[in-house]
Amino acid sequence: MDIADAFLQLVLTMDMTIRLSTVLILACLAGLFSERAGIFDIGLEGKMLFAAFVSAVVAFESGNAWVGVLAGIGASVCFSLIHGLASITYRGNQLISGVAINFLASGMTIVIGHAIYSKGGQTPTLSGAARFHEITLPFAEALRDVPVLGPIWSDMLSGHKPIVYIAFLVVPLTWWILYRTRFGLRLRAVGENPASVDTAGVSVIRYRYAAVLICGVLCGIAGAYLSTSQAAGFGREMTAGRGFIALAALIFSKWRPLYALMACLLFGLLEAISNLYPNIDVFGLVQIPVQFTQALPYILTVVILAGFVGKAVPPKAGGEAYVKER
Amino acid sequence: METMPRWADVILVPLINLVLAFSVAGLVVLAIGQNPLDAIYFMIKGSLGSTRGIGYTLYYATNYIFTGLAVAVAFHARLFNIGGEGQAAVSGIGAAVVMLAFDWPHWALALPFAIIGAGLFGAAWAFIPAWLQAKRGSHIVITTIMFNFIGAALLGYLLNGLLKSPHTQNAETVNFPEGAHLPTAHEVLAPLGIAFNKSAPANISFLLAIACAVLVWYLLWRTRLGYQIRAFGKSEAAAKYAGINAVRITIVTMLISGALAGMLSINVVVGEQERLIKEFVEGAGFVGIAVALMGRSHPFGIVLAALLFGMLTQGGFELLFEMPAISREMVLVIQALIILFTGALNYMVHDPVERLFLRRRKRKA
Repeated sequence: MDIADAFLQLVLTMDMTIRLSTVLILACLAGLFSERAGIFDIGLEGKMLFAAFVSAVVAFESGNAWVGVLAGIGASVCFSLIHGLASITYRGNQLISGVAINFLASGMTIVIGHAIYSKGGQTPTLSGAARFHEITLPFAEALRDVPVLGPIWSDMLSGHKPIVYIAFLVVPLTWWILYRTRFGLRLRAVGENPASVDTAGVSVIRYRYAAVLICGVLCGIAGAYLSTSQAAGFGREMTAGRGFIALAALIFSKWRPLYALMACLLFGLLEAISNLYPNIDVFGLVQIPVQFTQALPYILTVVILAGFVGKAVPPKAGGEAYVKER
Repeated sequence: METMPRWADVILVPLINLVLAFSVAGLVVLAIGQNPLDAIYFMIKGSLGSTRGIGYTLYYATNYIFTGLAVAVAFHARLFNIGGEGQAAVSGIGAAVVMLAFDWPHWALALPFAIIGAGLFGAAWAFIPAWLQAKRGSHIVITTIMFNFIGAALLGYLLNGLLKSPHTQNAETVNFPEGAHLPTAHEVLAPLGIAFNKSAPANISFLLAIACAVLVWYLLWRTRLGYQIRAFGKSEAAAKYAGINAVRITIVTMLISGALAGMLSINVVVGEQERLIKEFVEGAGFVGIAVALMGRSHPFGIVLAALLFGMLTQGGFELLFEMPAISREMVLVIQALIILFTGALNYMVHDPVERLFLRRRKRKA
């Protein structure tokens, strides 16, 4: 294999990485908002799954992919509100609430899908305007023949679905909100030391609900991306553990938005590699099985959590309901 | 502080939660244009109406007793072991290795070793998250979730390589020695003159599950270790002050929890499949969370809750035949709602009920 071929392979792999990372980025940032405000969320998976289902159904029935996305967001936000009700208002266990939400999504998507379309939970294939199509960036065609930069611009960066570009824009936006606005400062404070925020006369409850709602919106977009962009319709359990990979990426990035982008790209790359090159031969000596590549995000996260390579410290007030002092 | 009577806390509130969960599930059934009362009728008939139905119900209940106990033991030490799924999956490897190691002549000889093999592997899979929690402060919920995925990958890898049967394309081991076949409910009851369905998978693992429930009760409320576990769960600081070793309790509790989850493969892998396949846990590890919550982490409650969930699982399968419009994932919805109401939204019912009791008491006084 010569260098030109290798380069083309690389561009292809990176193109796939960008496509596969999108869901992770959106879900990871969703979790970031929630956990930074002190609400653990292991229900990212369920919210995405439900949103993927609802947006596929609504996109099919309305014939408009954007309407589908809005419906997906609405569905995910509903689940967020359940999580908020349980973990903020009724001081319930946030982890148990997350588990319930994941179960609920697994069940509801199939029960409703089966009742509407009688196809074992699958939704009809989306086509035309009910599905998102690739956006060609300016000059993509003209620059294609330019060496090195041409393929990077035209094949790797251009030609993705709209939500891909939205996801990459949400990263700096999240950073700006968290670190450059009063809202962000208070949000982070609510997750670290809610009593102090309360003393300052700011409602902890309201900020936590705001965080949970933002989380719902982002999970909704992520789910909608899966069923209206990455695939053309909803399939049983189509999130396939991506909510948990996003959670892993969140810990891996130590709850910081720009690092979250990096972690999601890394985990997206691992997924792309396991899709493109199932069993990797290392110089004919060892064979890396595909199962190892698939499990690597989880293994890396455990290593990070163990604190052997830098310590991941979650927001201090995470997982605890805030009870006002009387 | 004044509280409501104990019976209200242990029986009344869970009962109200259960009714709420089933009511919402009923609304979902109504929403898809079906009659919820018919659905309940067919589910009860499918799960208890024949010895075949009962056999399947007991088989599923056996799994849920194991995973429910696993979650509950950890709950008592205030550890949330969400990794029952992975621990059970990995325990299958242990059970399979034992079963394939010899040409076992009789099940009574194989069973104790299979229990040890499955228990050890299940416990081992819980050990690393436990150690990381105790020593490095890594959140056990996250690590056990990660270990679920790593365990599934490990199982997939071994079943496609080292342990794979040469006779088939599927990712599974060869069949276990026939001599080690565990007696099914039919084989146990036939000599007593009781007719029981031959195809139902319930086997003597159910008795093992009951024995585990009794042992867990004895461990938690009648031994020093159990006392330490519960004290540690009530207040970590107080337990430490009393000289209880936090690291030791965390690790020992999780080892017991993992081993209990591992017993699932005695029922499924050794008892029913008689070979190791890939997806044999089928979510039972997660159902254990619902069972432990429903059963208030008490072995007696867990056995009852496991029977209920066994009925749901088996009834869900039968429901699909009788009412094709309702998919069997309806069972997942019911499970989710039970977890939500009894687990996460508990205070929603608990607080008003408590206020009611306190108000009544005040009026009397």
